[in-house]
Amino acid sequence: MAEALLTATGLSKSFRGLKAVNGVSFSVGQGEILAMIGPNGAGKTTCFNLIAGAMRPDAGEVRLAGQSVTGLRADQICRAGIGRTFQLVKPFAGLSVLDNVTVGALNAARHVAEAKERARAVLDLLDLGRKIDEPASSLTLPDRKRLEVARALATGPKLLLLDEVMAGLRPTECDRLVEILAGLNRRDGLTILLIEHVMRAVMKLAQRILVLHHGEQIAEGSPEAVVRDPAVLDSYLGEEAL
Amino acid sequence: MTARNLLLGLLAVLIAAPAVIGAYPLAVLILVLHYAYLGIAWNVMMGFAGLLSLGHALYVGLGAYVAAALYASFGLPALLGAIPAAIVATLAGLGIGALGFRFRVNGVYFALLTIAFAEFTRILFDHMGWTGGSSGFFLPVEHGQLNPIALRGPPVLFYYVALVMTAGAFVLARSLMRSRLGYAWLAIREDPDSAAASGVDVFRARMAAVAVSSALTSLGGVFYAFYYNNMYPEQIFSMARSIEIILAPIIGGLGTLFGPVLGSFVLTLLGEGTTGLLEHFGWAAPGAKQVIYGLALLVIVMVQPAGLWPWLAKRLRIGRDG
Ligand SMILES: Nc1ncnc2c1ncn2[C@@H]1O[C@H](COP(=O)(O)OP(=O)(O)OP(=O)(O)O)[C@@H](O)[C@H]1O
Ligand SMILES: [Mg+2]
Repeated sequence: MAEALLTATGLSKSFRGLKAVNGVSFSVGQGEILAMIGPNGAGKTTCFNLIAGAMRPDAGEVRLAGQSVTGLRADQICRAGIGRTFQLVKPFAGLSVLDNVTVGALNAARHVAEAKERARAVLDLLDLGRKIDEPASSLTLPDRKRLEVARALATGPKLLLLDEVMAGLRPTECDRLVEILAGLNRRDGLTILLIEHVMRAVMKLAQRILVLHHGEQIAEGSPEAVVRDPAVLDSYLGEEAL
Repeated sequence: MTARNLLLGLLAVLIAAPAVIGAYPLAVLILVLHYAYLGIAWNVMMGFAGLLSLGHALYVGLGAYVAAALYASFGLPALLGAIPAAIVATLAGLGIGALGFRFRVNGVYFALLTIAFAEFTRILFDHMGWTGGSSGFFLPVEHGQLNPIALRGPPVLFYYVALVMTAGAFVLARSLMRSRLGYAWLAIREDPDSAAASGVDVFRARMAAVAVSSALTSLGGVFYAFYYNNMYPEQIFSMARSIEIILAPIIGGLGTLFGPVLGSFVLTLLGEGTTGLLEHFGWAAPGAKQVIYGLALLVIVMVQPAGLWPWLAKRLRIGRDG
């Protein structure tokens, strides 16, 4: 594995006694795609929130390219180079699709006109190019998912955190998004950490898989190895998923 | 028709108006412009950044008292007195903002905080001897004076000052809305968590909105002081004043540039028209204006909650921000 872009060490977070994330440690290599899977309530989204600065960890450390980013605010993390999507999509409902993406693009642009250019390019990439003037509130769920990805991508991240962006997409739409993400990874060397239940996408994209259960890592390794791991089969995937 | 042509046309009419209208219509137009100006200022917080302030009378009052006191005590002309007036009001705004945003006092609770500070300041001024306490503060008036720098002169002077202020605030709001900061504000208004994830420093952008809004509003207060030459804590800091400030932008269209201007025209003309009509028939009806304002608000909220301007802009086929 190449030099690690993201390293999480001993990440922990409790909610009123419930250990949502409990001593999770992993790293994502430069240019790697790592998938995080696990049953509902395993602590995956909480992990993202800790990394992305939406919540402070009770313990543990997050490093980006060797620099500690632990406990920084969400906007500081974004500017440090981590873009994230929300599992429950959070578009700027009253703004146009273009404006939604321009907000993030301003981080990577010198002025508004350049940010708009950048936003257009990202929207084209995600097949939303023809909807740039529509209000985000009028988009269908699949389009909102794509908008979520576009907004994160526009910030110019080194690391992209995707939280179940395939959920609610039809198989063809899912394949298309997989293709786009794989392309970004291949062409631009974009590093991706994705939470995903849709195994179809996970198996196509992930170079490595990390499995969480009750806030703890129960397995980590190549996709082929992980899907045959008895502990993983037991707690999450079950026989039918294969 | 484009928004630009509409605006330039309106501006031309307003510039020419004093040459053809009498004293009373001029006074009404001054009111229209004053409330349009205050509406634009308030809209920067509520319409752009999604911060509900129900205590904007605080900034009007602070601006009025600071500039008036400096003029009365040291002869400082209004145009210079406006600087310390804006500084004092901005500091007050930033104080309230820091308190609210640091301790996550959001939405309605933030609005309550703004009311609390306005009320607190009203009571403070009520008991402050050197500005006259509750019996008010008065500016010396000499008739026949004309000194634009000191804001001393006939109504037509105040009319043009109000026009310049409103046009200036409009242009400022427009350029802010299209700036980096403007995008940050709109994003925060729509979803603060999402804005932060997009790299927006939510605290700083909110503080900037408060600073711009309170500074602009305080200049409206300076205007008020020198136009009316009298101020009472009871009136200038009152909750009723704060509500009056927010009616025009709500009726005209929150978050739009032209909404506060349109709203002020409609409301003020309705209010003055009704009062005038009632007087014509010999009915003294104090509070008639408030009833009209209430009815106008009711109709808008029920029929066109986004405000008059978005509706009218669609009729006139004018682009979204106008
Ligand atoms: N803000 C919060 N306050 C209280 N409890 C929370 C909060 N966020 C998450 N939890 C709890 O922490 C646990 C882990 O939740 P999390 O959202 O991280 O799971 P997840 O792995 O993303 O699940 P899913 O696959 O359903 O999205 C759950 O029991 C959840 O109820
Ligand atoms: Mg989740």
